[in-house]
Amino acid sequence: MSNILEIKDLSVNFGGIKAVDGISMQVPKGKIITLIGANGAGKSTILRSVSGIVKPQHGDIIFDGESIFGKTPDTIVSKGITLVPEGRRIFPNLTVLENLKIGAYLRKDKLDNDIEYIYSLFPRLKERYWQLAGTLSGGEQQMLAVGRALMSKPRLIMMDEPSLGLAPLVVKDIFDIIKTINKSGITVLLNEQNANMALKIADLGYVIETGRITLTGTGEELLSNESVKEAYLGKSK
Amino acid sequence: MDYLLAGISVGGQYALIAIGYTMVYGILRLINFAHGDIFMVAGLIMVYATTAMPLYLSIPFVLLVTVIIGVTIERVAYKPLRSAPRMSVMISAIGVSYTLQNIALYATGGLAKVYPTIPFLSNTVKIFGATTKWVTVITPVLTIALVLGLVAIIKFTKIGIAMRAVSKDFETSQLMGVKINRVISMTFVIGSFLAAVGSILYFSNYPSVVPTSGSMPGLKSFVAAVFGGIGSIPGAVVGAFIIGICENLIRAVSIGGVSLTPFSDAFTFALLIVILCVKPSGLFGEKVTDKV
Repeated sequence: MSNILEIKDLSVNFGGIKAVDGISMQVPKGKIITLIGANGAGKSTILRSVSGIVKPQHGDIIFDGESIFGKTPDTIVSKGITLVPEGRRIFPNLTVLENLKIGAYLRKDKLDNDIEYIYSLFPRLKERYWQLAGTLSGGEQQMLAVGRALMSKPRLIMMDEPSLGLAPLVVKDIFDIIKTINKSGITVLLNEQNANMALKIADLGYVIETGRITLTGTGEELLSNESVKEAYLGKSK
Repeated sequence: MDYLLAGISVGGQYALIAIGYTMVYGILRLINFAHGDIFMVAGLIMVYATTAMPLYLSIPFVLLVTVIIGVTIERVAYKPLRSAPRMSVMISAIGVSYTLQNIALYATGGLAKVYPTIPFLSNTVKIFGATTKWVTVITPVLTIALVLGLVAIIKFTKIGIAMRAVSKDFETSQLMGVKINRVISMTFVIGSFLAAVGSILYFSNYPSVVPTSGSMPGLKSFVAAVFGGIGSIPGAVVGAFIIGICENLIRAVSIGGVSLTPFSDAFTFALLIVILCVKPSGLFGEKVTDKV
């Protein structure tokens, strides 16, 4: 099993506080990998470091055998990594279609087929392609954020809290979509508060606490782990 | 009639400058105080360029050099402060403004430089019984043509979509692969280009350029941008025409035999105060479409 992404001894400081403290992890190609952990554990910072938005102090990030440590976000997107940011962050002043187009900003080829593909994944976006994205519902905005990310044709898609603030039914849709995306050959790195849902679809999970990895295992292993159950799944012993 | 024509013409010139203010604000949330001085520098370059080359070369030369100056200022004075508090960048902009004025003072020796006569623009024409220069007629037409072109760029091109995205969310635009610095440079290219066009039209109506020539039109254009709702291009254009027309019409008014001409500048700024009290976001202020 080859790794599409490898993080080595990564450390990120924010004004003297270690948000990520020497984390090493592997992301095997073609799988769904999830990070779970409490608020402020450093999960988002890991994803943001990989995407180049946050500059790590120390360590190395290797994508497809090549170091992307310290590269600019546009370089990293062009290599095939896209982040769906936390809170969706669609462009409210752009139409749905323009949002999709800007997702493909670095591509020079024709987009028509890919836009049709996104519409087939999310028929709601097709109905509303001319609307300003700010007028969409929360779930539709999340779909747009995922569609927008797919437009860059990533090989690794990272999603930061995709279920945040969404109704349970919509969350289920989003997780179905994640599985579909993964089946199409894209590796998914998920950062999710909803540990139960995330571990059910994940091939591999990492538990992050205060900037360190405390547990690693397959989704099933972590689901049945007592300390994970207690801390993240809300089940009593 | 004379006053109305002059107002429309001045309004068009203000509009060309105001777009530079409003676009830079839209993207960087920065009031580029140096913008009025870029306008003045464009005037001086024209003065010097016409002594060295024929008119058909000096006009494109002025446009090009002004654009280079505008982009260079952004690179040198604003880009290093990208993550600094907004106030720092604004102070840097004020610094650039004075630097440009001082350089101009040094270059001209403090003397008013006679602005070259551009034959086509300075020729007189008679319309609606009023005699005026061609520039008065050309300005509004050219302004509207340029604005329509600009709106088309912003609406339909890739860089235009990117500009709108960047104006809303820097970080997410970066995550999409947008090269932020390129988009910002493009904003300064457009702003400086339009300021240079505005300067050619504006100074054609005036005999000379001095180092402080940029401050009054710059300030008024800024007021126009605020009036229209800063960040909005149509707002800046409408605001500029309204201010240009009003400040000229007021010259025609006299109360009790006292002409109001000396108060035309004061009027512009009184208007600013009223707007800020009544509608702080301006005529076309940013609409909030975000869903919480």
